Order: sequence, then C-alpha cells, then structure tokens
Amino acid sequence: MAFIPHTPEDVTAMLAAIGAKGIEDLFDEIPANLRVKSLAGIPEELNEMAIGRLMTERARLDGAPLNFIGAGAYEHHIPAAVWAVTTRGEFYSAYTPYQAEASQGTLQVIYEFQSMIARLTDMEVANASMYDGASAMAEAALMAVRANRKSKSLTVLVPATVHPHYHQVAAASASNMGLKFLELPYCTAEGITLVESLKKYDGQDVTALVIQQPNFFGRLEDVDALTDWAHQRGIFVIAVVNPTSLALLKPPGEWGTRGADIAVGEGQPLGVPLSSGGPYFGFMTTRMAYVRQMPGRIVGRTLDVSGREGFTLTLQAREQHIRRAKATSNICTNQGLLMTAATIYLSLMGPQGLARTAAASHARTRELVAALTRVPGVRLAFTGPYFHEAVLLLDRPVAPVLKALSAGGIHGGLDLGGYFPELGAALLVCATETKTQADIERYAHALGDVMQTARAA
Amino acid sequence: MPAREKVIFEYSHPGRGASDQWPAEPPAAALADLPAKLRRARPPELPEVGELEAVRHFTRLSQLNFSIDTHFYPLGSCTMKYNPKACNQYAMLPELLARHPLAPESHGQGFLACMYELQEMLKEVTGMQGVALSPMAGAHGEFAGVAMIRAYHRARGDLKRTEIIVPEAAHGTNPASATMCGCVVREIPVNAQGDVGLEALKAAVGPNTAGIMLTNPSTLGVFERRIEEVARIVHEAGGLLYYDGANLNAILGKVRPGDMGFDVIHMNLHKTFSTPHGGGGPGAGAVGVGTRLMPFMPLPIVGKEGERFRWLTQVDLPQSIGRLSAFMGNAGVLLRAYIYMRLLGRDGMRRVGEYATLNANYLLTRLKAAGFDAAYPERRASHEFIVTLKRQAREHNVTAMDFAKRLLDYGFHAPTTYFPLLVPECLLIEPTETESKDILDAFVAAMSQIQKEAEQEPERVRGAPHTMPVRRLDDVRAARQLDLTWKPAAQP
Amino acid sequence: MSNVPADLKYTRSHEWVKSLADGTVEIGITDHAQHALGDLVFVEVPDAGRAVKAGEACAVVESVKAASDVYAPITGEITAGNPQLAGEPEAVNADAYSAWLMRLRPAPGALAAAALMSSADYEKFLAAEG
Repeated sequence: MAFIPHTPEDVTAMLAAIGAKGIEDLFDEIPANLRVKSLAGIPEELNEMAIGRLMTERARLDGAPLNFIGAGAYEHHIPAAVWAVTTRGEFYSAYTPYQAEASQGTLQVIYEFQSMIARLTDMEVANASMYDGASAMAEAALMAVRANRKSKSLTVLVPATVHPHYHQVAAASASNMGLKFLELPYCTAEGITLVESLKKYDGQDVTALVIQQPNFFGRLEDVDALTDWAHQRGIFVIAVVNPTSLALLKPPGEWGTRGADIAVGEGQPLGVPLSSGGPYFGFMTTRMAYVRQMPGRIVGRTLDVSGREGFTLTLQAREQHIRRAKATSNICTNQGLLMTAATIYLSLMGPQGLARTAAASHARTRELVAALTRVPGVRLAFTGPYFHEAVLLLDRPVAPVLKALSAGGIHGGLDLGGYFPELGAALLVCATETKTQADIERYAHALGDVMQTARAA
Repeated sequence: MPAREKVIFEYSHPGRGASDQWPAEPPAAALADLPAKLRRARPPELPEVGELEAVRHFTRLSQLNFSIDTHFYPLGSCTMKYNPKACNQYAMLPELLARHPLAPESHGQGFLACMYELQEMLKEVTGMQGVALSPMAGAHGEFAGVAMIRAYHRARGDLKRTEIIVPEAAHGTNPASATMCGCVVREIPVNAQGDVGLEALKAAVGPNTAGIMLTNPSTLGVFERRIEEVARIVHEAGGLLYYDGANLNAILGKVRPGDMGFDVIHMNLHKTFSTPHGGGGPGAGAVGVGTRLMPFMPLPIVGKEGERFRWLTQVDLPQSIGRLSAFMGNAGVLLRAYIYMRLLGRDGMRRVGEYATLNANYLLTRLKAAGFDAAYPERRASHEFIVTLKRQAREHNVTAMDFAKRLLDYGFHAPTTYFPLLVPECLLIEPTETESKDILDAFVAAMSQIQKEAEQEPERVRGAPHTMPVRRLDDVRAARQLDLTWKPAAQP
Repeated sequence: MSNVPADLKYTRSHEWVKSLADGTVEIGITDHAQHALGDLVFVEVPDAGRAVKAGEACAVVESVKAASDVYAPITGEITAGNPQLAGEPEAVNADAYSAWLMRLRPAPGALAAAALMSSADYEKFLAAEG
C-alpha cells in the first residue's frame, strides 16, 4: 500500500487492541448516509515509474524556450548548492519551529535571513517572510494603517507604475478591511511617477504612499523626492524593491531624508526557480519602532537556562494563535523553504556576487535593448534610466509578433496591451546574466525576421 | 544532536566568496547610465564565505532540526506524514522549474494539464463543484473562503450579513481570517462531548449571520456527529457553511465536506496531500466551492476548451474576489500534491483516512492502557486525539510542556501542546497513516517511561530537554531584549 | 492571594483607579491581572491629550503568552502615559500599584458615572471569577 507500512498482522493486532472488528468500525460515529459511495472521478493509482514517465512527458510538452520575460519573476543562475542543501529532509520535512529546542536549524536560518534582508534593504528589522511580493505589499498597506496613527483615512496611494498584479492583490486582500487604494497616474513620456502628480493630495489625509523601484516598466523612480514629499505630510512610505537591484541601487532605508518606513519585495530572484509562478516568497522589513505592527513570524536570539545562546520565535503576542481576531494578520506560515534557499543563495553570492549578477543583468538588458531597437519599427518607449528591464514600442500589434517568436522557441517579453492600452503596442523585455550575446543576437534576428515577414505580407 | 553552530556572518572574510557561481564582471561602462543619486553608496554587508563553508554551515544547521525524515512527529492538527521523494523529484524537472509564470499557454500545456486534473481530483474527493488553487497557505485559503461568502451576500444585496460564527475550540486563524475580511467574529461553546452546542448555535444565528467556520473532525479530535443539523440551522438562517480542511486527512475518501452540506472549503495540501512543510512553508490552501459560490472564486483558475487548457480570467469570472497572489500561488507545491494524488489513486485516497484513523485509535487505546487520560474517553478518535495531563500536573507538578520537552530527549517530536485551549494540560496527538505499529509502540513506551520519571524524579522531566543543542530558552529575555538581526558589536 | 489595596477603585476588566489631589486619576492594572499575564515584555501607553471614552481600549500589556488591552475606566482626557514602562515593562510585575500606565482628567460628571468597585467588591468579584 502506497506509503502505509502496515502488514496484515499489524492491522489484526491493532484492531484487537482497540476492540474493533474492522477498520470500518472506527467510523461508526459518522452518519451512514454521509459516507462516500464512489470516487469514480479519481483515477487508479500510478506507481513511481509510471508517474515519472507521465511527468517527464508533461514537462517535455512545455519545452525549454529562450526566455526574455521578467515582469516580477526573473530568471537568474541558481548555484547547485542552493537546492542540494535546501531539499535536505531536515529542512524540507520539518514543521514551523514551535519546539525551539528541536528546531534550532530552521530558527537560525531565519535569524540569518532576517539579518541579510535587513542589511540588503538597510532597514532595521525583517520578518521571516511572507507568501510573495504582491501579498507582502498588501500586508504592508494594512501594517501602515496600524502604524501611522496620525492618519485615519485608510487611504493608500499606489502609482500606476507598480506591478498591475500587485494592485489587484492589494485590492483583493485589503479592501474588506476598508482600505482605499488610489492609483497615481504616470508620465507617459518618462514612464515614472512625477512628484507634481501628487500635488492634488496636498492637505488631504493619506496613510501611505507605495513606491516601486525599479518600477514595473523597469524605470527608476525619483525615490528621494517621492519619499520626502510623503514624509513632509506625515504619510508612510512603503517601498517595493527588487532584491537583486539592491546590490547596486540605493536601499529603501536611505531613500530621501529619513528612509522608507516599510520595505517589501518579491524574493524570487534570490535563488528561487521561476516554476510557473511559485512557490516564491515575499520579504518585509521596517523600523524597530514599528516591529510590533509587523505581521508574520519573527525570530530572536536569546539564552537558554544554562546561559547558552539559542534562537526562538518571538513577539508572538502579535500573532493569530494568541490574539485570534485581534491579530496583526491571519498569516501563520512563512515561505520557510524558499527563505532557506534565499539565505544560502545570498551566502554564496555575498556582496560581490550579487553586485556582479545585478550589473551583468543590467548590461545584458542594455545590449538587448540596443539590438532590438536596431530592428526597423522598434523603439524604446521611455526616456531616462532603467534597470534590467525596459519597455519597447512596436509599429504593429504585439501579440502576433510574440506568437511568431514563440513558435521559434523564443519568449520575447510581456505584451502590455492588456495592462496599459494607452501605450499602444508596448512590449516589456528583460535579460538577466543567464543570457549570452548569442542569445540576444538570436532574439534580434528572429524579431527582424518576424517584422520583415509581417511587412512583406 | 550536534552542538550549536556559529552565525554565518562569523565565518565571513573580506574578499572570500563562491566566485565560481558569479557571472563575469561587466565593464564599468555598462552601469554608466545609472545616476549616482540612485546608486547605493556602500555594498550591502552580506557574508563573504566560500562554497564549502556555506554548504557545511547550512548542512550543520539542518542537523539541528527534527523533521519527518528523521523523527516521529505526532504534531496534532498538522498532519506530519511522510513527504514522498518522488513528489519532489518530479515537480523539479528542469522544464517545470524554468517555465516563466507569464509564458504563453502554448508552452504550458503540460503544467496546465496537471493543474486542471488536480482541480478535478480535489473536487471529486471533497464533493465540491469548483476548485481554485491559488491561495498559498491554509490561512490564505480561509481568507479566500470568507471573502467569497461576503461577496455572495453582497451580490444579493444582503449587506447586513457580516457575522462569522466560530466554535471556541477553533484554530486562531479562523477568527483572524474573518476579521481580515471585515467580518465580526462570534464565538460559540462546544458541549462536554466535544460537539457544537445546537442551542447556542440557534441563539447565535440570525439576519446578520454571514456563515459559520467549522473543522470536522473538530480540533478536539472527534467527529461533529450532528453536522447535518448544524448545516440545516445555519442555512435556514441564511448563512453559509465554511469547512476548515485542517483535519481533512481524517476523513479522506470516507466522507466528503460537500455531502455534509458545506458551501466552501479550504484544503491544506501540505497536510492531507503531503507536500512538505519546509520549516513553516510553503503551504497551499486550495479552495473548493458549491454552486452558489462558483462565480466568486479567486483567480487564476485553469479551464479546458476541447483538448486545450487555458487560464480563466476576470472576463470569465467577472464577480471573482480577485487575485490573491502575483501569479499562480505556490505552483510547485500544487505539482507535488498532484503527483501525490496520482500515486495514491482512488483506493489509496480511501486508505489515507482509514489508516490515519486506525493509527490514532490504536495509539489512544495503548496510551489509555498505560494510564493516560483521554480528554473525550467516550468518543472515537478521529485521526488525532487529546490526552490531558491535568492529573500528572496536580500530583507531580509536571506539566504537558514538561512531557513535551522530555519526549524530545527520547527522539520524538512533541505533540501539539496547550491547543485546543479549552482542555487543560493537553497533548493533541496525530500519528498519521505513514507511521508503523513499531513506532507507535515505541512512543507509548517513551510516554510510560516519562510517566515513571514524573513520579520518581520529576526534576528530570521539568528540566528537559537535556540532549538537544539548547535547553529551554528564555522567551521573556527574547521579547524584552530584542535581538532580531546579527550585529558584530551586539554579542550577548 | 491577590494584593488588593483598600484605597483604590477597581474595574471588572482588572484596572485600578487612584484619585489624585489635582482632580486627575491614575490608572494601572491590578496585581491579579499582572499575575495572570505573567512576565510582561511590552507595555504601550497612550499619548497625552488623547480623549477617551469609558470602556475604550487605550493601552496594551503584552507577555510572552498573551496580549491584553487596557480599557479607560472613565471618560476623559489622557494627561500622561507613564514613560518609564516602554523600557521597563517588568516594573508592572514588580509592583502593579506603583507602575501606573496613564493619568486621566475625567470629563465633568464622568467619575461619578463610572462603574467602579471598592476593594471589597473587587475581591468578591475575583473570588467569583475563580
């Protein structure tokens, strides 16, 4: 029997001890009319060999295309050691570290993770991770409402340049609590949020301003000016950042005069495979002054009864298992395994490796943009600096072009038509350090061919 | 177990690094377009260690953990069953890992087929009409479920219905999730046999009732026998029934929440369908719904047209509660659950509920025979049961926590302690179906031994654990003198 | 046995109230409450100037195992939160009746309207609560 070790003799002995005639007797408290009659919709079991074959066939169907899509999930090299160690059974099959004495490994990894994320963002404290970047932003908005006591409006300003899916997740996650998310327009020439566009909120009660850096278009926002504008008005600043970029870009803790109040982001670029969208992890950091308003698990270092150092979950009185309906959030898991992978990834990368990864990704994207914009009918959408991702404008609809590229095994980027129709035929492209010059040339040639063929036809 | 391990920053040496893992340094000119005022002034202070140092460090840390692969882990309400290696291996095939979440559907038919079939199998095994896979944990599924209940009432113009009824023994996530959906929580008592008090329920329901959240079998380890009556009372009052799938393992293949009258359910795939707990995640909290809630399911969902699979969007489900994750929830976890369900098949599904229940009832019988008190001695155990150590606490001043910590010395992870809150000095014990009779017998022997120690040398039990990397930790110090990030100057 | 000083007034949610000479009142949590919570790790007190209604949550006391709101026993305006407690929550455990949480100036008539118990009644209330 799959994964059940009982021999017939075991079953007989166990039933005898219980005093039951058969296993069915153990369900005698369940009303008979409720018992399952058939599970016809579940297929017969497969053995391991058969499932291996099935999954290999399914995986082959999805192929191994050359990928230039970013848009919140980035294809970086993952050192072999990351998942070799992460999938050790002692990490993979352990539970939440409630029994601290038997979970020092997981607890110390979380402590190291918190330390690394706090340093990367230049913030004072980090939690043990959230579900993903989008849900972390939604939780940050809820946290800002608790922490920014001067504001009563529950109003959060979210630039249109923030990832459109993050907008959707925030609305779905926090609107029931009464939060209002107001979208800020962007400059269509520059692809960023201008401080002038905030003027209409002068004098209004606003709880928080979200700033994504780099923004969804890959463009760099003027984070200092936006942060200072908010802080001068008692508005909290929630930074949404790409962790790879922080090896090179100014960390949220240093934005403006005072730094962001909360910084969150998608942790996937740190050693987590693309894997059709998950599991990823979100990270969340803040100032020490707001630590009690932060959701999620937090680990602290302390001493045991004999004076030895050890690690334990702390500040648990914020959490659902104690405060129930008054908890800071209903979250009880973190993304432990992904956070473990990220901690190992950051250890292997160090400051130098991460900086090289960021710089190489950026350099490759610039080469990609240069190569693609040499193709007639393709130009860069926005002026001004971007980081490892950019928007191109085509002289014809994007979808058929992407479809033709895809037939040739190239995923050429994300069609922004459904998200930003006002931009026209806009395509978001990204290259990371995993792409070679030859890959970029292959894309540029293919795009040239597709555009040429379309023109000829 | 090995002694403690240094913090990784203590291994750091400037200039050291796993440089084989790094890309070549691009020329400085490649960064020339990034304005100085947006650049970082100082590099982040990450550790600088070699690959072997990092591998050793994290391998040693792993060895400080208990896990299913190394220890019996009878943690009540958490379903710590074996996580088959095949589920991990085949969910991590290179093409599956490399697939971008926004890649075209044409290059995702293999993945989408797995997701579609997973939806179908979950529908069948729970008796629900629709399934959405994107919630990323049990609590996230609860949120989705309650949000759908609210959306349903709202769509009918029934705006007063904002009260969620929760039995007092419920998981803390239930009231917390209801609150996050903007609902008011109303707790009701359970009776001495562990069933929901019907009179209290009748008194609680009314025109403000949005719904009730129930776990069945309940957190008390017993089946709610009058569930049909509960369903009738709540439905007649205009409310909906929410099934917390935390204990679905107990009844898998035996009873279906849909047949009990539930309108919405979340499934903890990391419990019942054996995806890894990973030291606290990732989980997966897929939701299932009856017909009434189908229009409100969270996106994305996988649909099928002819032989092609595609994502359903807001266009297909305009009343959806929306998107709860940036992409497709914990897709890789869902793949593991899919593989597990295919490995078990129809008969294997039924065996899960049967053998989980057999193991729990056997363990309960043996512990009772060894002199331990069941909290609900007249009831069948479900897949878990509660032992109360009230008597031991009174007679020997040895608490449930002391027993739990001493079990670690005997090589067993502790059961859940002090939950549910309404049973004093309780251990909530869930052996799961994947443990052998030998292990259960060894656990009983350890419990009996600790009982003897409690009588003869209680200090030994009260001072446990003695063999772990650390002894009991000072939680008060941890909370008063917060040390949450490593600093070179702040060594304790 | 809990320590219940005779010169104070009490609430059913385990706050104590002491009348000061200047017409304001000092408010803290009772010895019974601090004992039930265990070692406090955090105390949050309200800012001066805040207007509160009787029964409104206006401070938080937190131990490792529990967090509990402290309710204003009387409608009025906060005149001070005890600044000592942020860094020294254990002061409440050491002496619950000297570690006041907040001072409050009752609104006109509010003191008379407040549902406060004498020490004898509070002791009876504790005995009945078990």
